[in-house]
Amino acid sequence: MKLPFRILLTTVVATAALAACSSNKPKPTPPPPPEQTSTTTAPAKSGPYSGPEDLDRDSCLRQRVILFDLDKTEIHSEFQAQIACHAAYLRQFPGARVTLEGNADERGTRDYNQGLGERRANAVSSAVAAAGASTSQLNVVSYGEEKPVCREHNEGCWQKNRRVEIVYTSKQ
Amino acid sequence: MHQRLLTWLAALVLACCATPLLAQGLTLEISNGNASAIPVAVVPFQWQGGGAPPETSVSDVISNDLNRCGQFRTLAKTDIVESPARGTDIKFPTWRLLKQDYIVVGRVIDAGAGEVKVEFELYTVGDQKNLASLTIPGQRSDMRGIAHRVADVVYEKITGVRGAFDTRIAYVTAKGLGNNASYALMIADSDGYGPQQVVSSRQPLLSPAWSPDGRKLAYESFERGSSAIYIQDIGTGAREVVSARKGINGAPAFSPDGSKLALSLSNGVNPDIYVMDLGSRALTQITRNYAIDTEPVWAPDGQTLYFTSDRGGKPQIYQVSAGGGGESRVTFNGDANAKATVSYDGKKIAMSQGNKNMYHIAVLDRASGSNTVISPGNFDESPSFAPNASMLLYAATDGSRDVLYAVSADGRVRQRLVLADGDVRSPAWSPYRQRGQ
Repeated sequence: MKLPFRILLTTVVATAALAACSSNKPKPTPPPPPEQTSTTTAPAKSGPYSGPEDLDRDSCLRQRVILFDLDKTEIHSEFQAQIACHAAYLRQFPGARVTLEGNADERGTRDYNQGLGERRANAVSSAVAAAGASTSQLNVVSYGEEKPVCREHNEGCWQKNRRVEIVYTSKQ
Repeated sequence: MHQRLLTWLAALVLACCATPLLAQGLTLEISNGNASAIPVAVVPFQWQGGGAPPETSVSDVISNDLNRCGQFRTLAKTDIVESPARGTDIKFPTWRLLKQDYIVVGRVIDAGAGEVKVEFELYTVGDQKNLASLTIPGQRSDMRGIAHRVADVVYEKITGVRGAFDTRIAYVTAKGLGNNASYALMIADSDGYGPQQVVSSRQPLLSPAWSPDGRKLAYESFERGSSAIYIQDIGTGAREVVSARKGINGAPAFSPDGSKLALSLSNGVNPDIYVMDLGSRALTQITRNYAIDTEPVWAPDGQTLYFTSDRGGKPQIYQVSAGGGGESRVTFNGDANAKATVSYDGKKIAMSQGNKNMYHIAVLDRASGSNTVISPGNFDESPSFAPNASMLLYAATDGSRDVLYAVSADGRVRQRLVLADGDVRSPAWSPYRQRGQ
């Protein structure tokens, strides 16, 4: 069961990669299609977004950080819209890929915090998948407390560091 | 005296290469006094050679070693009124008046071609008994190493326990945030001198662990974009990836016989403890739990692993048979306990102990169950016992910097190690040095 699916998926990815390649290096035949109609070769589906430029333009897609409470992995309701729009984008552009980077604040030990960061990133991964993205589009990495965005020892700073960042490694 | 101070400072500059931080480096803080510390006079060693004496003062290094372990207090230089260079020159009544229990005298002899011999003698002041009379040969460029070996002999002759000054420490340095971040795995002498880079990366490095022969380090690196465990030969620099599975590959710890590696693997789901046979690379899963299980360390007999788990809510230290099975909770003091380090005799476990999210280093005596907090900071973590358990290293925060402290096992004497101008963390104290290292 798994093998045909993997082959199919590989074909899809390869097609998407070819399409991306052909739009970068136009060849004489076939004539380079207009930017958005290149989705005729990439298996993009219909949806609310016009293309990768929306990642920088759309006010929801530009939000790529989900914050957490101390020692918690629950996703606050205020981040549901963010998760929904990224899921919608990923569903529309099956060639798109994200890495969900889990992070923790400095309190507690480093190895433990790596586990905590992974829990958070897995929670976001599950939520994005539940909202319609394919799990094959989602990669998880946890940096624990190793990649803080803020270095002060106060709650304001810690809150910014308890986060999952959505990082696009492929945009379509 | 003034000249000696200058040459000593010059040696410091040469040894560390760092610039403005030196002024504040290597300060000893002695808290609570230490009435039980043994008084020792370390008389400045006499230079016997044609040229200039080595820049490193052997007696200064010996004194610093003895002081920072907390079990000794050396006589201040200003109180050293006589300078005998050999046992037959010691006027014992002088040192009795100065209330010294022991006296160390010695000489540094130029052996030519960059070599020296350090001859020294250790006497009791009370009954004038000679406890040691030794010659340590070495390179003039390694005066600090020679001095540490002298301090180790003095320590062992007086306490009966092998000294651990001539050992090394491994640690991680970090600079910058975000895309400007850089990380390095370093080793240095046990007092922080002579730092050497083992590996550097733009991505996080963490959790260095020594092989029992002191020749290799295992560590976690993100340099390939995701977590992986490397084992690197310190001498040759050769290294290999031993685990790069999905998710976390972290917290490596060599077994006491060096044949196995305990580690924490998440397989993308949640971290459990595994043991890898380093010969076959075969993995045995030790814990199987929805909690975070990480930071395994071996009991000295290799039969038990201690690890951190939050299976009960907050992280606590648990133990498990090294082959799996028999899991039980070890720590019950404080809100949380994590990252254990075990003394060489298995009698003490130190860890980072959290109370209301403030973390201190605590030492648990397994026999009595007594729990002693030995560090005053609020973000103290990652303790690592010296191989003779006389001292521990740990990571702390000073202002906005991550720094390392060495602390005596009773918590009375602390010393900040200034090792780099960035953040310093994840300390690991080496095993005893073997010959040829």
